[in-house]
Amino acid sequence: MEQQLKELQNQALEQIAAAANLKELNDVRVAYLGKKGPVTEVLKGMGKLSAEERPKMGALVNVVRETISESIEEKQELLEAAAIEQKLAQESIDVTLPGRPVKQGGHHPLTRVAEEIEDLFIGMGYTVAEGPEVEQDFYNFEALNLPKDHPARDMQDTFYITPELLMRTHTSPVQVRTMQKHEGRGPVKIICPGKVYRRDSDDATHSHQFAQIEGLVVGENIRMSDLKGTLDMFAKKMFGEDREIRLRPSFFPFTEPSVEVDVSCMCGGKGCSICKGTGWIEVLGAGMVHPNVLEMAGFDSNKYTGFAFGMGQERIAMLKYGIDDIRHFYTNDLRFLKQFSVHE
Amino acid sequence: MFVSYKWLAQYVDLAGQSPQELAEKITRAGIEVEGVEIPASEMKNIVVGYVKTREQHPNADKLSKCLVDVGEEEPVQIICGAKNVDAGQYVAVAKTGAVLPGNFKIKRAKLRGEESNGMICSLSELGIESRLTPKEYAEGIFNFPNDVTPGEDALAALNRDDAILELSLTPNRSDALSMMGVAYEVAAILDRDVNLPAPNPAESDEKASDAIHIHIDAPKDNPIYIARVVKNIKMGPSPIWMQTYLMNAGVRPHNNVVDITNYVLMEYGQPLHAFDLDRLGSNEIVVRRAVEGEKLITLDDTERILSADQLVITNGKEPVALAGVMGGANSEVHDGTVNVLIESAYFDGQIVRAASKAHGLRSEASARFEKGVDPARIQAACDRAAELMVELASGTVLSGSVVAGELAIEPKRVSITLEKLNMRLGTDLQMGDVEDIFRRLQFETETKDNEITVTVPTRRADIMIPEDLTEEVARLYGYDHIPLTLPEGATQPGSLTSYQLGRRVVRRYLEGTGFNQAMTYSLTSAKRASEFALEHRAPVALSMPMSEERAYLRQSLIPHLIEAAAYNNARQMPSVALYETGSIYLNEGENVQPKEEERLAGIITGMWHEHLWQGEKKAVDFFTVKGIVEGLAAQIGLAERMTFQKAAPAGFHPGRTAEVLLDSESIGFVGQLHPTISKEMDIKEAYLFELKLDVLLNASREDLAYMAISRHPFISRDIALVVDSTVEAAALEAVIKQAGGALLTGVRVFDVYEGERMEEGKKSVAFALTYADPEKTLTDEEVTAVHEKVLAALKEQAGADLRA
Ligand SMILES: [Zn+2]
Repeated sequence: MEQQLKELQNQALEQIAAAANLKELNDVRVAYLGKKGPVTEVLKGMGKLSAEERPKMGALVNVVRETISESIEEKQELLEAAAIEQKLAQESIDVTLPGRPVKQGGHHPLTRVAEEIEDLFIGMGYTVAEGPEVEQDFYNFEALNLPKDHPARDMQDTFYITPELLMRTHTSPVQVRTMQKHEGRGPVKIICPGKVYRRDSDDATHSHQFAQIEGLVVGENIRMSDLKGTLDMFAKKMFGEDREIRLRPSFFPFTEPSVEVDVSCMCGGKGCSICKGTGWIEVLGAGMVHPNVLEMAGFDSNKYTGFAFGMGQERIAMLKYGIDDIRHFYTNDLRFLKQFSVHE
Repeated sequence: MFVSYKWLAQYVDLAGQSPQELAEKITRAGIEVEGVEIPASEMKNIVVGYVKTREQHPNADKLSKCLVDVGEEEPVQIICGAKNVDAGQYVAVAKTGAVLPGNFKIKRAKLRGEESNGMICSLSELGIESRLTPKEYAEGIFNFPNDVTPGEDALAALNRDDAILELSLTPNRSDALSMMGVAYEVAAILDRDVNLPAPNPAESDEKASDAIHIHIDAPKDNPIYIARVVKNIKMGPSPIWMQTYLMNAGVRPHNNVVDITNYVLMEYGQPLHAFDLDRLGSNEIVVRRAVEGEKLITLDDTERILSADQLVITNGKEPVALAGVMGGANSEVHDGTVNVLIESAYFDGQIVRAASKAHGLRSEASARFEKGVDPARIQAACDRAAELMVELASGTVLSGSVVAGELAIEPKRVSITLEKLNMRLGTDLQMGDVEDIFRRLQFETETKDNEITVTVPTRRADIMIPEDLTEEVARLYGYDHIPLTLPEGATQPGSLTSYQLGRRVVRRYLEGTGFNQAMTYSLTSAKRASEFALEHRAPVALSMPMSEERAYLRQSLIPHLIEAAAYNNARQMPSVALYETGSIYLNEGENVQPKEEERLAGIITGMWHEHLWQGEKKAVDFFTVKGIVEGLAAQIGLAERMTFQKAAPAGFHPGRTAEVLLDSESIGFVGQLHPTISKEMDIKEAYLFELKLDVLLNASREDLAYMAISRHPFISRDIALVVDSTVEAAALEAVIKQAGGALLTGVRVFDVYEGERMEEGKKSVAFALTYADPEKTLTDEEVTAVHEKVLAALKEQAGADLRA
C-alpha cells in the first residue's frame, strides 16, 4: 500500500508537470484529489488495515495529499502568471502612434513682452498703471510741455476726434494722470503699458496702432544716474547679462535732459545686419522729467525730480524674437501666433 | 541738414578727425549724424578735359567726335552724345578704366565705327541728383569755368571728394541749421577755436538810404527789416567752389546773386532775398498783411491768392514777395539784372509757418523762420552777402544799411548751483569742470558761491532753464561717465492690482483651452464699428481718417476677430480659436471723452477635438463655446452668479445664441455666428462670445474658504421627464432646485431625447439628482420624501411627467 501511494504520488507529480494550462491542471486535481480520486480510494481501503498500521498509513496519505496539492498550487501560480503574460502580450500597442492631442493656446507676443517687462519692474517696486486710449489734448500734449503751437507736435502725427480729443500718441498721459492722483506727494513708481496711435501708413516698420510701455519714477533726489542704472538692469534682464547700455543726448519736450538709449548688439560689437554694423541697437527714449511737467502735474520741481523712459513693445519683440515685419503683430496668422505658445 | 566737411573745415580746424570719427563724436554729443557720404568713393579716374575740336560723327546725326586734351601727351578721341558739347569747353572726362556710380566701368569702345576712349560726363553721371544740378547743365554735359587745367582730378574740382554729413536735427537744435551753428558745436566737442567771417564790404559814397525807403506796417510780424543795395552787378554763374558747396548742401545753383543769398543762408542760417531793384517798381519797401484775395505770382510761376493772415513785402502798391516764404516773379533777379536789393529780416515763425502751410511751400528759408532766426546775425548776414557780391559779381555796395524796426539782442542768463547740477546728474563734478564745458561752448560764465550763471548767446534759443544747463554739461562731459545707480530711499513692494491679476488669469485660462491671443486694430470702418455692439450708439469717428477702413472706433471686438478667422481659414487653417481682450469705445456725446470698456471676445471654428487615427472627431458647437464661458466663470469664482438665457442679437444665429447674465446684469452673448455672415466672410460654422471683462473682473467675490468634505454618503436618484419641446432645461432645473431644498446637493442633465420614440411636440430630459446631509447619513425614507416633493413640483409647475 505504501508502495501504491508512492507510485500514485509520482504519477500525479508527473501529470502536474505536464499540465499545459489551468484546465489540464484542474483535471489533474480532480483526478487525484477528487472524491472519486485514487487517494480517496486508498483512504477508503484503510479500513482493512490493523489498528497499528492505520495511523501510520493515515499520516502517509496526508503527506502524499499535501505534496500533490502544494505542487498543484505552485504549478497553478506559474500557469496563471503565464496566462496574464499572454493576455498582456495580446494587448500590446504601437506606442509610437501620436497621443490624443491636448489643446494649448498662448499669449500674443506683445503680451509676452509686456508681461515680462511688467514683472521685471514689479520686482523693482513698480506698480502697473493704465489709462484711456482716447485722450484729452491736455493730457496727451499740454501737460507734457507740448502747448498747442509747439512744432514738436509734428513729431507725433495725431488722429484727432475733435480739436480737444484724440487717440493718444503715447502712454505718457497715464504718467500725468498718475502724478495728479498723487497730489504732489512722492514717490511715484509706475510702469505704463498700452496701445497708442499715430497717423502712419502701415508698412514693414510702421503701424498706425502700436503698443508702448513707459516707466516713471518721481521722488526726492532722483538722478540721471538712477535712470542709467535702472535701464542697465532692464537691458541685462531683458536681453542678457552681457548687454550694455549707451546714452545719446536727444530731445523730447517732456524731459530735460533727454536721451536715446542704445543696447549693445548680440553680435558683441562686431557689427551685424541688426545693428547696421554699429554694434548698438536703439531701444528706447528716456530723460529727466521736465520741471514744467512736474509742476503741471502738481509737484514742486524744487523738491522733486524724476525720470521717465518709454519703448515700443513691437520693437522689443522684434529684437527679442527676430521678427522682421511689424504687420505680423496685427495679422493674427495662427502660424505666427502659435510660435509664441512655447514657454521659454 | 547736409554738412560739407570741407566747408566746415573753413571755420574749425578738423585736423586729425576723419569724417566718420567726427560724425560719431557729433552723434554722441547730441546731434544725430544719420550718414556720411563721400561721393568720390564710388568713382575713380575722372579728370578735367579740354575739348580741342568737335566735329559731327560721320555715321550718326546725334553724336559728336571730339579730340580732348586730358593732360596726357596726345589728346584722346571721345564720341559724345550730349547736344551741348563744343570745342573750347573744360569738361569732366571719365577715362578708359574709370568707374562711375553704380560700379559703371568705362571701357574703350567703338561707336558707329569711330573709336571712343572715355566718356564726357554730365553732373548726374557723377552722382549728383538732377534736382540739384544747375538748369543749364541739366540736359547735357557740365562745363567748368576756365580756372581748371586738363588732367587735374575732376572729382576734387567738383568737391565730389568732400564728405557730406547728414544731420538729423531734433526740433530744439535749430541752431545747427547753419554752418556756423555746426561750427560752434564741433568746436565745443573738439575743444578747438571757431573762425568765422567778419564781413566788412567796401562801400561807395552813394547812400543806400537815398536809393530805398522801408516802412513796416506790421511790426509784430516783422520786427526788423534790413536792406542793402548793391549796384552795377555783373550777372553770371557763381564760382565752382560755391556751386559745389551748395549742391553738397542740397541747394541748386542758379546764378551768382541767388547763389550768394543761398550760400549765406546756409552759412549764417539767416534767409536772405535779392530783389531786382530796377524791377521793384518803386523806391520803397512796405511790409504789411496781405489784403484778402490779393494775388502774387511767386518765383515758381504760380499765382497765389493771399489772405489777411499772411505777410507780404510790397513796393508800396502791390506785393513783391510772400514774406519769409518765396519771392515774387515780378521782382526776380534775372540775367539782365544790374542793381540788387538784399533783404535780411526777422519774420515771426507762426506767420511764416501758416503761410508756408497754406500754400504748400516749404523752403530752406521758411523752415528757418519757423524755428526763429538768431537776431544777432541779421545784420552780419546782410553784410556778408554784400561783400560776396562785390567779390563774385563785381558789384558796388552803397553806403550803409537801411534798417526799419528794431530787435533787441538779449542773451539770457541762467543759473544753477554746483550741488543741484551734481544732484540731477548723479555726478561729482567740480566747478572748474563745469566752467570748462561752458568755455568750450563759448558761453560766458560768472561763478559766485558755488552758483554758476551762464550768459547764453542768442544763437542757442533752446537754453532757457537750469535743466538745460545740466543737459549741456551732461552731453559734453559724456553720458558714459555718469555712474550707474538705483533710486535711493524707502521702496514698497510692487504688485499688480487684483483687476490686472484677474485679466492674466482669464488669459491663461483661455489659452489653456486652446485659444491663441489675437490683437486687432481699434480703428475700423463705419460698417464694422456698429456690428455686434452691445449698445446701440453712434460710433466715435476720427475727424481726419487716413482711410475709410480706419475711420471709426470699434464698439465690439468681434468684427475683427471674424476677419482674423477668415484670414486663417483662407490659408489652410480650418480650425481657429482666437480670443482678444481690449477696449471698446462708447460715444458719450460731442467733445466728451468716450467711455472705454474692456471686453473679452473669442471666436472658434472647425474641429474642437480631432484624433484621426482613432477615428475621433468633434466639431465645435454651441456647447463647446458655452462650456468655455462657464469654465471661465468657474475659474474666476462667478459660476454661481452666471446664467444664460435665449436671445437673438443681430449677427448671431437666432436659435443658437444666449445672453449671458451676471446676477441679473446682461454682460454679453455667446452663440453661433449668423450663417449668412459666415457665408459672406467665407468661414466655416463659427461660434462667438463677447463679455464685459471689466464687469466680470470687478464683480466682488468672497474670499476663498475651505469647506469640509462630508463624511456621509450621498444618495442618487435619476429621473427621466417628459415635457413639451419648448420647455428649457434651465426651467426644469430651477424647479428641481427649489423643491429639493437643502438636501438636494446636485442636479445634472444626463440625457436629452427628442424623436421617433416620443410623442410629437414632446421631449425627454433626464436628470441625475443627488441628495445628502452633511450632518448625518440620510435614510431612504428621508430621501424619498424630498424626491416626491420634487416630482410633484415638476408636474405642477412644468407639466413634467415621469417617462414610462
Ligand atoms: Zn550687431
